[in-house]
Amino acid sequence: MLINVQAVYVIWLRDIKRFIRARSRLIGNIVQPFFFLSILGFGLGSAMFPGIPPQYRFIDFITPGIVAMAVLFSSVFSGVSVLWDKQFGFLQEVLVAPVSRLSIVVGRILGGATTALVQGFVILAIALILGVRISPFGVAGGIMFMLLLAFSAVGFGLIVASQMEDFHGFQLVMNLIIFPLFFLSSALFPLEGLPYWLKMIAYLNPLTYGVDGLRHSLVGFSSIPVWIDLSVLLTFCMLMVSIGSYLFGRSEA
Amino acid sequence: MVKQERTSHLTEMFVTSYVCIWVFRLAESVVIHVESLTKVFEGSFKAVDNVSLDIQSKEVFGLLGPNGAGKTTTVKMLSTLLRPTSGIAVVDGHNVMEDADGVRRTIGIVFQDPALDDELTARENLDFHARMYNMDGEQRRERMIEVLKLVDLHDRADVLVKKYSGGMKRRLEIARGLMHYPKVLFLDEPTLGLDAQTRRSIWDYVARLNKEQNVTIFLTTHYMDEADFLCSRVAIMDRGKLVTVDSPDDLKNSIGSDLVTLECSDPDRFTERLRSVEWIENLKRHESTIIIGTKHSAERIPEVVNLARDIGVRVLSIETRKPTLEDVFLYYTGTKMRESEANTSDRMKTMHRQSARRFR
Repeated sequence: MLINVQAVYVIWLRDIKRFIRARSRLIGNIVQPFFFLSILGFGLGSAMFPGIPPQYRFIDFITPGIVAMAVLFSSVFSGVSVLWDKQFGFLQEVLVAPVSRLSIVVGRILGGATTALVQGFVILAIALILGVRISPFGVAGGIMFMLLLAFSAVGFGLIVASQMEDFHGFQLVMNLIIFPLFFLSSALFPLEGLPYWLKMIAYLNPLTYGVDGLRHSLVGFSSIPVWIDLSVLLTFCMLMVSIGSYLFGRSEA
Repeated sequence: MVKQERTSHLTEMFVTSYVCIWVFRLAESVVIHVESLTKVFEGSFKAVDNVSLDIQSKEVFGLLGPNGAGKTTTVKMLSTLLRPTSGIAVVDGHNVMEDADGVRRTIGIVFQDPALDDELTARENLDFHARMYNMDGEQRRERMIEVLKLVDLHDRADVLVKKYSGGMKRRLEIARGLMHYPKVLFLDEPTLGLDAQTRRSIWDYVARLNKEQNVTIFLTTHYMDEADFLCSRVAIMDRGKLVTVDSPDDLKNSIGSDLVTLECSDPDRFTERLRSVEWIENLKRHESTIIIGTKHSAERIPEVVNLARDIGVRVLSIETRKPTLEDVFLYYTGTKMRESEANTSDRMKTMHRQSARRFR
């Protein structure tokens, strides 16, 4: 059997339980984006950026970016937490069970995506309270982009985890890969004003398409056609998930 | 040509499977069959070297040896967590190389390092396990109560595992290993890092579940007393190789019913002299210590001292005692367990480095 449904369910369930119980992580994951949203949103509210249509405020622009940030960080962490299981021995318990490695990966990806989505929605709720106009029809599209982002990020986390022995390298990966990608993804400022070379880097960044697509769905404007956003993100997602699953499948306890 | 090849291949398959069936009929009570099992880690380090074993159904089998002897690597191969480099291992009729899931369904395992989720309760840990083994709801609930009672944790079932003591965690892991009615339960150093009292209680639980749950137990340990107390048969392992296999009593009797150990001023010469003494069943020299296996050893002490004096050797100390598994280890490997550990610590270091590399 390729996928054991009950195994996928219980791995997902474990992720949810751990997510709810780790209160400090929960609070951190919600407070940090909230600060970003309110401080940057209002702090830079009076600045003029090329690329934001005049009827939109800066906080409207930044909301999808912060949602993407919450989804991204939480999902990468979910993927990398395989390392945590390795360190505490629990991975052995998972690997010695009569379930396919694919089931384990699917359970983990679904668990990571669920917790990421919950956090994304908390940010959206905060944004609504702060007066951001979110299109109710765009939420469905928003969920789709959030899920694709989450799947890709968990996959990326699994790849990182398979290359590392313990958590020490994780901070390095966050600082050297995740943060630069996030800053250069049009999450915090539009790409229109950037110098040419930086713009090129941003267009090579798959995250740009995720943020842009999310913006299109949630607030209704984007700088890249949404079908391009969707196809680039979908391709990237499939790539990350398959490489991540492959590398995880090879791991020995 | 191609057809012929296929036919011969089919014949070969047929013969192999026939022989397999025949072998299993012959030894129906053999639950683990291991033949020339070998694990070579990158860089030609032989962690397990040509090990062959047959483990009978319902026995408590112990793999005894110093740290780094290859015990855990053997367990990992038998439980499908590591691929053998060569050799055959069959657990309850499932080959570990070809039918990993079959093996996984039939075994329970308690790892050397704790493998529980601390953020979950005992009940949730067991539920996780049961679902991973595809047990249905009613079966899960019934069995959970059963195994929790077996290790006396049923009144602590809803406490987070991080609040458990070391001994309780071990007991919970044993309970979890039994959840899915395994035929074989592997215990890898089940009392490592526990205090003396807790160790005793774990032994009692292990002895009890072997009787009550009808499960074969395969345990590894570097504690002589543990192997002696629990195991019906013990295999002594050193530097990746099996040295000898037998019941603890037979192992001890094989080196003499009593032991006289002595230190003297010239062990070389005195050992030579002792070789021609008739009543000595076994003679072994280990550095400055000479070990004599014999019957009625207390009466032989004056005789030994006299023999020494006759050739001008001074006896520095002499004692008599019943042999222990430690003596058995010394007898068969020529080193004491602790010394063998010191020698293998270098091997271990390379092994750790290599196992670390495997993840890259």
